[in-house]
Amino acid sequence: MISNSPNLFDLEQSITQWRQFVLRRSAIVSDDADELESHLRDQIDAFMAQGLHADEAFLIATKRIGNLEAVSHEFAEVHTGRLWQNLVFNQQEASWSKDVLIALGFAVVAALLFQLPRLLGFNPEQHEWVYARNISLFCLPVLAGYWVVKRQLDSRAWWLIVATVGVFAIAMNAFPWQRISDTGDLAVLHLPIVLWFLVGVMYTGNWWQTDARRMDFIRFSGEYAIYFVLIALGGGVLTALTIGLFAFIGFDIEFFAQQWLIPSGAMGAVVIVGWLVDMKKGAVENMAPVLARIFTPLFTLLLISFLAVLLVSGRAFDMQRDVLIGLDAMLIIVLGLVLYSVSSREPSAPAGLFDTLQLLLVLSALSINLVALSAMSDRIFAMGITPNRLAALGENCILLISLSGYAWYYFGLIRGAHGFAPLERWQTRMVPVYVAWAAVVVLVLPIVFSFG
Amino acid sequence: MNLSKDLMAASSTPLVLGVIAEGETYGYEIVKRVEELSGGKLQWTDGMLYPLLHRLEKQGFLISRWHVGDSNRKRKYYAITEDGRKTLCEQQQQWQIINQALNKVWRDIQRSGSHDIEFA
Repeated sequence: MISNSPNLFDLEQSITQWRQFVLRRSAIVSDDADELESHLRDQIDAFMAQGLHADEAFLIATKRIGNLEAVSHEFAEVHTGRLWQNLVFNQQEASWSKDVLIALGFAVVAALLFQLPRLLGFNPEQHEWVYARNISLFCLPVLAGYWVVKRQLDSRAWWLIVATVGVFAIAMNAFPWQRISDTGDLAVLHLPIVLWFLVGVMYTGNWWQTDARRMDFIRFSGEYAIYFVLIALGGGVLTALTIGLFAFIGFDIEFFAQQWLIPSGAMGAVVIVGWLVDMKKGAVENMAPVLARIFTPLFTLLLISFLAVLLVSGRAFDMQRDVLIGLDAMLIIVLGLVLYSVSSREPSAPAGLFDTLQLLLVLSALSINLVALSAMSDRIFAMGITPNRLAALGENCILLISLSGYAWYYFGLIRGAHGFAPLERWQTRMVPVYVAWAAVVVLVLPIVFSFG
Repeated sequence: MNLSKDLMAASSTPLVLGVIAEGETYGYEIVKRVEELSGGKLQWTDGMLYPLLHRLEKQGFLISRWHVGDSNRKRKYYAITEDGRKTLCEQQQQWQIINQALNKVWRDIQRSGSHDIEFA
């Protein structure tokens, strides 16, 4: 018996084995295993101090830690972000092929929807505005529908999609747009934001109810962007090759490619990428934090040097239209970067250098936002209000609020006043604000400016 | 006497917050302290404490840091935040309400019990 000869029992080796066993559960990361291990060691020490043999102490201590299955289940509930990395959880291998079929089915629907206006006598060549106004309506609601099926939501979800699409399809197509219409351009730009939120509501599977699921969706959006670019690159190469090969043998299929292959392929890709990101969560997971870490310092540098040049040259307050548009675009990209970094950060990690860098990025973006805002109000006072200026003004105000919140919570995190959770909460609470403003731009602004 | 599962679950948050409010501490000590406070009657499954600690940290009630204390062992220490104190205070009031109500009703039962005897 082992207990009769304690020398045969290697405590260190047993603890190592136990630790590996703990780590096999995907909801438990090595930090948690460290924590549990230090508990186990404390407990073993206490038992041995009471006179137990090492093996007995080990046995009782592991027993008192409890059922690891149950413990890891609890961990999984607290840290849903980790399950994001985990494909095995709640997913049987058998459903894989069924998933592919469902995704393909929805992709075909999106591809066909794009060709639907042809039945009404429209085609992309002559009626590009019809397509521009409706393009996000062809694909994003279909992606939302895919999640309704995947998350097994009830019929309310379908009604919500139908109602949303109905409202926006009517607005985009029945509004009496003027020939050259700024509000029309703005609506085309802002509609995808509203529809992407619809995708998000379905993606969460619980009607956007919990912060954890909202963070999952933000994570999903970041990965989605990466994957979409990759797939688009691949698709572009494939299309170019196809056109080239057919040209060799004397067929000109460029027209076919432009009218059918590329647009329908892109529509289908919108759904396929959604499926892919969900399937392959683990693969890109390592890329997102890396990208965030590379671009955060670069953007910070860009913003700070831009700010310095602005202030030194004294050109801050007479910025022209193009500069302002550029600035706004940059601020939105920065916000995207911040959203992305926050969602890819391990929430339980202590504040580190990267968080300070993030704070710096947010603060420089905030300063630029203030400069842009003052220039904007100058322009509005001097030259009156236009749709573009109003939309930009609203965006800048919302950015001001949002970035201030980020700065405040990053400051608190670095100071150690609170953990990462309030920052996550701030981030997820702001998302509906962006969406609401986008909806206002699509639906209200055109009416206010009589569709000009 | 075994405490019911629901009662254990409901009382774990205020207990953990309360113990940590006494001073920065780590998991093993919390378990020991709770055992001590309950005279050994309250025995948790040790492993379950950690997801709870992480949840409370995520809710912003606790903050944690790794620290190598005496005996050269790396441990994760938890401290309570302002939000945590507020929540603890609310929970305290809630438990006091329940406590008072239970005490009253038990006193009443005892009294009516003695009345029965008088009438008999």
